[in-house]
Amino acid sequence: MRYLPHTEADRRAMLATIGAKDVDALFKDVPAAARLDRPIDLAAGQSEMAVERMFTRMAGKNLSAGHAPFFIGAGLYRHHVPASVDQLLTRGEFLTSYTPYQPEVSQGTLQYLFEFQTQVCLITGMEVANASMYDGATACAEAAVMAARVTRKKNIILSGSLHPHYVETTRTVVKHQGLEVEELAPDPFGLEDLMGRVDSRTACLIVQNPGFFGGIRDLTQLADACHEVGALLVVAVAEPVSLGLITPPGAMGADIVVAEGQSLGMGLQFGGPGLGLFATREKYVRQMPGRLCGQTVDQDGKRGFVLTLSTREQHIRREKATSNICTNSGLCALAFTMHLTMLGETGLTRLAKLNHAQALRLEQSLRRVKGAKVLNQTYFNEFALYLGDEVDAGEVVEKLAAKGILGGVPAARFYPHWPELRPVLLLAATETNTQDDMDALVSALSEVL
Amino acid sequence: MSMYFTKDHEWIKVEGDTGTVGITEYAQHALGDIVYVEVPEKGRALKQGGDAAVVESVKAASEVYSPVSGTVIAGNDVLAGQPALVNESPEDQAWFFTLTLANPAELEALMDRPAYDEYVAGLE
Amino acid sequence: MAEITTFSGNRGLQLEEPLIFEQGCPGRIGVDIAEPGPIDEDRLGGLARKGTIGLPDLSEPQVVRHYTRLSQKNYGIDSGFYPLGSCTMKHNPRLSEKMARLPGLVDLHPFQPRSTVQGALEVIDLLAHWLKGLTGMPAVAMSPAAGAHGEWCGLMAIRAYHDDHGDSQRTRVLVPESAHGTNPATAAMCGYSVDPVPATERGRVDVAALKAKLGPDVACIMVTNPNTCGLFEDEILDIAQATHEAGAFFYCDGANYNAIVGRVKIADLGVDAMHINLHKTFSTPHGGGGPGAGPTVLSEKLAAYAPLPFVVHGAGGLELVEHAEQAGGAKPFGRVKGYHGQFGVFIRALAYILSMGADGLRQTSGDAVLNANYLLASLKDVLSASFDGPCMHECLFDDRFLKDSGITTLDFAKMLIDEGFHPMTMYFPLVVHGALLMEPTETEAKETLDGFIAVIRALAAKAKAGEADDFKAAPRLTPRRRLDETQAARVPVLRWKHGANEG
Repeated sequence: MRYLPHTEADRRAMLATIGAKDVDALFKDVPAAARLDRPIDLAAGQSEMAVERMFTRMAGKNLSAGHAPFFIGAGLYRHHVPASVDQLLTRGEFLTSYTPYQPEVSQGTLQYLFEFQTQVCLITGMEVANASMYDGATACAEAAVMAARVTRKKNIILSGSLHPHYVETTRTVVKHQGLEVEELAPDPFGLEDLMGRVDSRTACLIVQNPGFFGGIRDLTQLADACHEVGALLVVAVAEPVSLGLITPPGAMGADIVVAEGQSLGMGLQFGGPGLGLFATREKYVRQMPGRLCGQTVDQDGKRGFVLTLSTREQHIRREKATSNICTNSGLCALAFTMHLTMLGETGLTRLAKLNHAQALRLEQSLRRVKGAKVLNQTYFNEFALYLGDEVDAGEVVEKLAAKGILGGVPAARFYPHWPELRPVLLLAATETNTQDDMDALVSALSEVL
Repeated sequence: MSMYFTKDHEWIKVEGDTGTVGITEYAQHALGDIVYVEVPEKGRALKQGGDAAVVESVKAASEVYSPVSGTVIAGNDVLAGQPALVNESPEDQAWFFTLTLANPAELEALMDRPAYDEYVAGLE
Repeated sequence: MAEITTFSGNRGLQLEEPLIFEQGCPGRIGVDIAEPGPIDEDRLGGLARKGTIGLPDLSEPQVVRHYTRLSQKNYGIDSGFYPLGSCTMKHNPRLSEKMARLPGLVDLHPFQPRSTVQGALEVIDLLAHWLKGLTGMPAVAMSPAAGAHGEWCGLMAIRAYHDDHGDSQRTRVLVPESAHGTNPATAAMCGYSVDPVPATERGRVDVAALKAKLGPDVACIMVTNPNTCGLFEDEILDIAQATHEAGAFFYCDGANYNAIVGRVKIADLGVDAMHINLHKTFSTPHGGGGPGAGPTVLSEKLAAYAPLPFVVHGAGGLELVEHAEQAGGAKPFGRVKGYHGQFGVFIRALAYILSMGADGLRQTSGDAVLNANYLLASLKDVLSASFDGPCMHECLFDDRFLKDSGITTLDFAKMLIDEGFHPMTMYFPLVVHGALLMEPTETEAKETLDGFIAVIRALAAKAKAGEADDFKAAPRLTPRRRLDETQAARVPVLRWKHGANEG
C-alpha cells in the first residue's frame, strides 16, 4: 500500500524488538468478542487511477457553477480566487502542520494569523478578532452565548434579516444553556422595526447586514438603543466583500461582528468548510471564544508570535471554558488572508464596487422580465425578486436548471412555513457574471414565467 | 489584626468586621508568572468557599474562593494593570479584595499561620 | 559554533519577513479587476464607506514571496517526523487534494437544485456508507465541523432522547480525569454537570468508581477509547453494560479511532455515539489548525435525533432533508452549522478511504500500533514509561527520568526541535506528571523511527550527564527561539497598529 512504508521484514524486526509474536498480539487488551480477525466486508484498496475515475464519475453528475450562468448567493458567494492563493495553500508547511502550539516551529502560521486578525479588525471596524471559527453560523451562535456572558442577561433577539441557517444554528446551540431566543419573521422588504424590541432583559440583538434578502441598513440608532438598555448589538456579515464598500459594523456601534469568510479565498465547495470571522471590542477580549494569536518577543529580543490568552479555552478551563471549540479554520483563514492581501485596499474597494455595479446591471436587465420586480429598497450584490402572484419560485428554479441556468434560490427553501414567500427568488451577482449570463437568465425567465 | 488561611491557599486579614483577602506565597509560586487577575466588584455578596476572583498564569486559571461570607467593600483595581504584583508581594500589596464579614464565627474553620505552614509542608 | 551575524538579519535560508502591513505601497495591486462602472448611493442606503480601510497594497510577486517565506518558518509532516501524541500527524495524500479541486466537485453551491448536485450528494452518501460500515453503527450525522463539534452533536442527540422520553432529570455526565478538555466543555454546553471519574494505576478508568457514580441522574458517560494514555480500556464491555443498565448512554470520544479502525467495530463495544475526526483517522490535512470534520455515528436509539440536514435515497435520486417536517418520523435536534457539512474535507477523507480500502485500513491500525510499541520498547530503558505495554497507537512517558536533573519535560522537548524533529505532546494527559506523549503513526518508516530513537537516547544520556543549561537554551537553530508567553498574556498585542508593532 503506497502510504505504508513497512515491508514484512521491517514488521518482523520490529515485533522482535517488542517481543511480540505478531501484530494481533498487540491488540490483546481489546476484548476478544470485539476483535475482528479479517478485514471488514467493504471494498478493497485501489490505485490512484481507479480512485480518480470514481471521483471524476461523481463530479460528472453535477452541474458546476462555472458551467452555467450562475446567480446563487444566500450566504455563500462565487468569486474569482486568484491562482496564487490555491497554489500557495498547498505548500506542505502550511497544509500539513498542526495548531501552532510550538511557536518556535510555527512562526509562519502564527504570523499569518496575526495578519489575519488585523485584517478582520480593519474590514469590520472592530478592535480585536480571533483566529477564526468553523463558519459564520457557528460564530453567530458563539456571539449569542458570549453576549449573555458579558451582560449576564438571557434574552437573545434574532432579526428577520438573519440568515436562516444562522438562526437555526444559534437556536440549537443555546437550547440548553439557559437562554431564551426570540426569532423575528423573515423580512424580505427590509421594513422590520427593531427599535422597540430590546429591553432590560435583552442580552443581544443579532442583525445581518446586508440582510439575508440583501437589504442594507444604518445600525447606528439600533446600537444606541441596545446600549441604553445594557444589551449588545451583534452584526452578522455573510458577504465580506460588501465591507469594501459599505460602512463597517464597527463604525455603526456594533459590539460583536461575526462573518462568513468564504467569499475570499475559498470558493464554494458545496458549502463547507467555511470560515467564521469573530471580532469584538477590546474590553470583551477575555470573554471571546476561540484561539487568539499575539505578538511578543523571543529570548533574543526579536519580535515573534504565540497563541495567547489560552486560559479562556477548553484545554485549560475545561467545563468553565468560553466554548468547547478546539480547532479553528486555519487553512481557510490562510486562504482568506492571502486573497485579501492580494486585493489590498485598492483591490477590495474596486471588487466591492464591481459587485454592486453588477447587481445594478442585473436589476436593470431583469426589468425586461414581465411581472417580476425587485423587492429591495437597498442592496449590495444580492436582492429578492418577486416573480408574480401564484408563481412558485421553486418550480421556476427547476425549470431554469433544466435549461442549464443556476438562477438563484427560492426563498421557500428556507421558509417552508411562509406561503407568501413562495414567489420570491433570491438572486446574487458578482464579478464572475457576464452580460451574456444576465441575458441568458432574462430570456430563460421570460420563457418559464 | 489577625491573619487566617484556607486549604485553597487564600489568606484573610481581619480588623473588626472588615477582612482583606489575597492568595498566599505558596499559591503564587505554584501558579508561576501571573498574567491576569479579576477581582469582584463592590457590593457583591460572597459565600464562604464560593467563587470570588480569578487568577491566571499562562497555562493555568484558578478560582479564588472567599475565605468567609460577606459583602465586597472594594476590589484591588491595581492588579488589573499589574498582575505581576501578585508574584512580587502576594501577602501584602497584592490583596484581591476587602469585604465586610457576615459571620465572624466562620473564621474558626480557618487555619492560623503555624497551622497553614504545617499544612503546606505536608503538601511537598 | 560561533554566532554568525549578518547585516540583513537573514541567516541563509532563514529569511526574515516583515508583516504585510509593513510592506504595502498604495496603488499596487495583486489582482486585476475590471473598471467597476457607476455605483448607486441610494441603493446602498447612503451607507457607502467613508474613509479608508487601512489594508496594505501589494503586487502578486510580493504576496507570493511573503507566504512562501512564512511557510518556511513552519514545520509540517512533509518536513519531517511529527510524533505529536493524540494528534495523529500522518502523511496527507496529495490525491485527496487533487480530488478536492475537481471543478465538478469544488465549484458547487449548496443551494443549487438537487438535480444538479447528485454527484455531490453521492460523495456524502458514500462516505456515510463507509463510516457506518467501518463502525457497525446504523446512522451517522455528517455535518459536525470538528471533533469537539461532533462531541456536542452526540451529547445533543443524547439529551434529545432523554428529554423525549421524560427523562430530563438526567443532568450529570461522567468524564474520566484523563479526558480531553473538550469533553467537560461540551457537557457544559449541553447544560450538563461534569462528574470526574478517577484513573487506576493501570492508566484506565476506575470501573468501580464509575459504577458507583452511575445513577438515575446520569445522562451519559464520555470515554475516550483507546484512551489518552494510549491504552485500550480493557473493561469497556463491562463499562458499557453498567452504563446501559443505569439507563445512561455511552459516548465514545473517537479521537483515537485510528488505532482500531478496520479491526474493531465500534458497535461491538456498546457505544451509542462517537465522533470521527476525519483529519486524524482519515488523514485530511490539519492545515495549521483546521478545518477538520467530525461526523458522529449514532446507535439505533439515537439515530432519529440526528441533526439537519441529511441525505436520503428518494424516488428520483438522492435528496437532502433540510427541515424537520421533511424528516419522516425522525426528530432532529436542530442544526449544528451552516449548509451541509465540511464537504471539502469529505472529498479528501473519501479519497483516502477508497485508496486504502477495508484491507488497507486494517493494515493502517496494525502498523500504527506496531510503530508505537516499537518506540515504547526502544525507549523504556532510558525514559520512564508511565504504563506497561502493549500500548495502542501512542506511548506515554512521564518526567521521572528527569528527576533532579533540573530539566523539565518542556526543555527536553524543545531540544528535539534543534535535532530536526517536531516535539511530542507535553503535559497531556494530566494524569501523569510531566507527560511526554508520542504518536508515531503508521506512515513513518522504520529508519525514521530508528533515527528518532537514537536522538532521544542521546538526549536522555545528555540529561543524565547534567547538561541542563543546554536544554534550557533550546532551541537555538529556529527562526525564533523560546518566546515570552508571559509578556504576550500580560500585555496582549493582538493586531498590528501603525507604529506600534516594531520588532
